[in-house]
Amino acid sequence: MSYSAPSSRIAPVTGAAPIAIPAKALLPWAMFGLLLSVIMLYFVGAEQGALSLISGQDVHEFVHDGRHLLGFPCH
Amino acid sequence: MIAGRLLARGMIAGCIAAALAFVFARIFGEPQVDLAIAFEAARHGAEAHPHMAEAEPVSRAVQASYGLLTAIVLYGTAFGGLFSLVFAYAYGRLNTWSPRALALLLAGAGFLVFVLVPDLKYPPNPPAVGTPATLAFRTGTYFAMIGLSVSVAVIATLVGHALTRARGAWSGSLWAAGLFLVLMVVVQSAMPDVNEVPAGFPALVLWRFREASIGMQLVLWSSMGLLFGALAERALAHAPRRR
Repeated sequence: MSYSAPSSRIAPVTGAAPIAIPAKALLPWAMFGLLLSVIMLYFVGAEQGALSLISGQDVHEFVHDGRHLLGFPCH
Repeated sequence: MIAGRLLARGMIAGCIAAALAFVFARIFGEPQVDLAIAFEAARHGAEAHPHMAEAEPVSRAVQASYGLLTAIVLYGTAFGGLFSLVFAYAYGRLNTWSPRALALLLAGAGFLVFVLVPDLKYPPNPPAVGTPATLAFRTGTYFAMIGLSVSVAVIATLVGHALTRARGAWSGSLWAAGLFLVLMVVVQSAMPDVNEVPAGFPALVLWRFREASIGMQLVLWSSMGLLFGALAERALAHAPRRR
């Protein structure tokens, strides 16, 4: 929103120094993205393993091969 | 808005990269998983491990296809999102590189920090390797290792950035790399070892499994970096104008 660009019509891809995105504009997206990613990684990496929110073994069993191959400890 | 656009593009890049990584894992990883499960079955006889039990909650075929795909896509999408946020912060701050070059640099750093360095201490293990009783401990140490690796990388980057201003990019980068290396050696030697490979487990299967695991991550991170670089370049060229 407060990100400002050079007024030139030519895209600042090469040559011009890149303009940093203000931290204020980044923060809400960073919170949202971080939360989303942590939830996704939790279900792939740890649910029904070391920790368990949902009872049973179905989540663990479904992502089993991925969990091993992605390097997470698994049973 | 540009941050949101980058986040969405990061997740898309991660998702597509994950599909490529799935193909790699399916070809090179699954045969080793099957061999490890066969070893486990032979060791335990009939009463085995949960997956071998009579009432399998999820069949091997599903685990090796939809299950594997789902896990890798979730992982890739999650890291694609995190990656794009780091990129959004680093762009124009870390250096003056183009979006494509910065994306590739950060993807390499991400692979190193989140995958390769933690894996050197706590390598990925196939089924049959690892005692269920120590799962909580191993999960804790594994995530702690990733956390420490990230922290050390942040420290090295900050030091490198400060030195780059004072003494130039060459010295700054070398000092950062050297500092990361030295601190990681110290941290890794201080962390507890885990050695739970069962007697008689084929060394080649273990090695091939780990190769496949790290190779799959390399496919994921490199294609994510290349893809995101191209997407980010467009987003940064077009987005800022009006909005």
